[in-house]
Amino acid sequence: MANASDPRVDARTGTPTTGHEWDGIAELNTPLPRWWLWTFYITIVWSIAYWIVYPAWPGIAGWTHGMFGWNSRTAVVQDLQELKTMRAAGEAKLSAAKLEDIEKNPELLSIARAQGAAAFANNCAPCHGAGAQGAVGYPNLNDDEWLWGGKLADIQTTLQHGIRWDADKDTRSGAMPAFGKDGTLKADEIKNVAQYVRSLSGLPNEGGADLAKGKKVFADNCAACHGDDGKGNQELGAPNLTDKIWLYGSTTAAIENRVTVGGGGQMPAWGDRLDPTTIKALTVYVHSLGGGK
Amino acid sequence: MATQSSSLWQKHAIFEKNSIILVIGIIVAIAWGGLVEIVPLFYLKSTIEKVDGVRPYSPLELAGYNIYVREGCYNCHSQMVRPLRDEVERYGHYSLAAESMYDHPFQWGSKRTGPDLARIGGKYSDDWHRDHLRNPRAVVPTSIMPSYPWLEKTPLDIKHLGDQMKTLSIVGVPYTKDMIDNAEKDAIAQGAADSKDVKGLQDRYKKIIVRDLGADKGKLTEMDAVIAYLQRMGTLVDFKLYDSKANIR
Repeated sequence: MANASDPRVDARTGTPTTGHEWDGIAELNTPLPRWWLWTFYITIVWSIAYWIVYPAWPGIAGWTHGMFGWNSRTAVVQDLQELKTMRAAGEAKLSAAKLEDIEKNPELLSIARAQGAAAFANNCAPCHGAGAQGAVGYPNLNDDEWLWGGKLADIQTTLQHGIRWDADKDTRSGAMPAFGKDGTLKADEIKNVAQYVRSLSGLPNEGGADLAKGKKVFADNCAACHGDDGKGNQELGAPNLTDKIWLYGSTTAAIENRVTVGGGGQMPAWGDRLDPTTIKALTVYVHSLGGGK
Repeated sequence: MATQSSSLWQKHAIFEKNSIILVIGIIVAIAWGGLVEIVPLFYLKSTIEKVDGVRPYSPLELAGYNIYVREGCYNCHSQMVRPLRDEVERYGHYSLAAESMYDHPFQWGSKRTGPDLARIGGKYSDDWHRDHLRNPRAVVPTSIMPSYPWLEKTPLDIKHLGDQMKTLSIVGVPYTKDMIDNAEKDAIAQGAADSKDVKGLQDRYKKIIVRDLGADKGKLTEMDAVIAYLQRMGTLVDFKLYDSKANIR
């Protein structure tokens, strides 16, 4: 292309110039590297092929559907179907097995734990923690203290229907009254009963509360759910107050606050969101974390 | 390369040497692109499919939406479950255009520093959202999400919700006069389960979640609005009834 006699060709390099010139300095029109140019042409050809094979151009009454009628909604359904087929063997075993037999069979247990661990990480970990260690207000699932029961069937029911989850009519319910807020207990009564509750697990009396009076307040107001001995009642989700496990903390302030505002945590009902086999796997997973009864 | 020829490719000199012609050329090129890419979205049936259950935001949810936009939640959270296997596995049914048809602007987002939120409604408890927004590390120790402690300390401003709904109705959100007139009352009723106004609210907005937040005692905070918004997200369409094949042609 370069022609030595052409005034628009730079004599020194033999490269054509653009014709733009400033003070005798001409702009070289260096051609693009050949590999780049060919890659560029290939992408053009590729795009045309893509238009033909895949849905691409919108029209007046619809759009070009492509050679195979590919469609993202159909594709995802197929992908999910493939996944289901891939999992079918394990899934079938798990769904056929009785809940209480899964842990006795090492193969079933490993399937359930694998599936349960994945579902736990996605759905449960934000509240209960990645290691099921819990957080303030969200129970630790590794210990052997259970609010609503730690047997397989109990855990399954909790997962299926949730806790205080109004959208599910079979949800576990039982709310602690707001003794302070609604005026049932006065400030000094709350103080006394809070220290009495602390004394149940051997914690020191802070602020010189009258434990005998606290015991009386407990017997009159708390024992109905937490039991005369404070050991709790899993039917009502009333925690055991004598162990050293505290959902909202063992400080005087935390206990007084709980007596004042009452209530209790919520857990969503997972029955609508997760399929029965996943719930089964999660049940076994949680049960096998260490505290299962 | 084409220095000798004066082919069509040389004609660009006209554009390069006349700025007015260049500007007109740019406008024509962009307008054509817009015409081809955007106009079909207004008439192609699958992009405007009507889906049962989708309704405009209630006033309290709308207030939550406003805060979501104000705090820039969309910078880190998307609201778009794509029709891909892994996303459907993790988040649930892929998002439908109809589910964000009343968002102005929509909050699909383009970046996921945090997880997608399109199906967050009902996944966690209100308490969890409260704890988490106050300080994400309280429940998720490894979280890098900022804390939003002022939300629960800031009383919610509900004065202008009616005006906003009126404006939205101009751009096609089907708010009725009844809804607009009752905006403030409805915002309060959604946070006051015992209020006598709850019935009217439930008639105006289907599948609404009413809570006992003491709203009738003036206790509504920005936190309550955000939670009402989040807990409604992605819950309106009953996918057991949704016919996905109707739009595969």
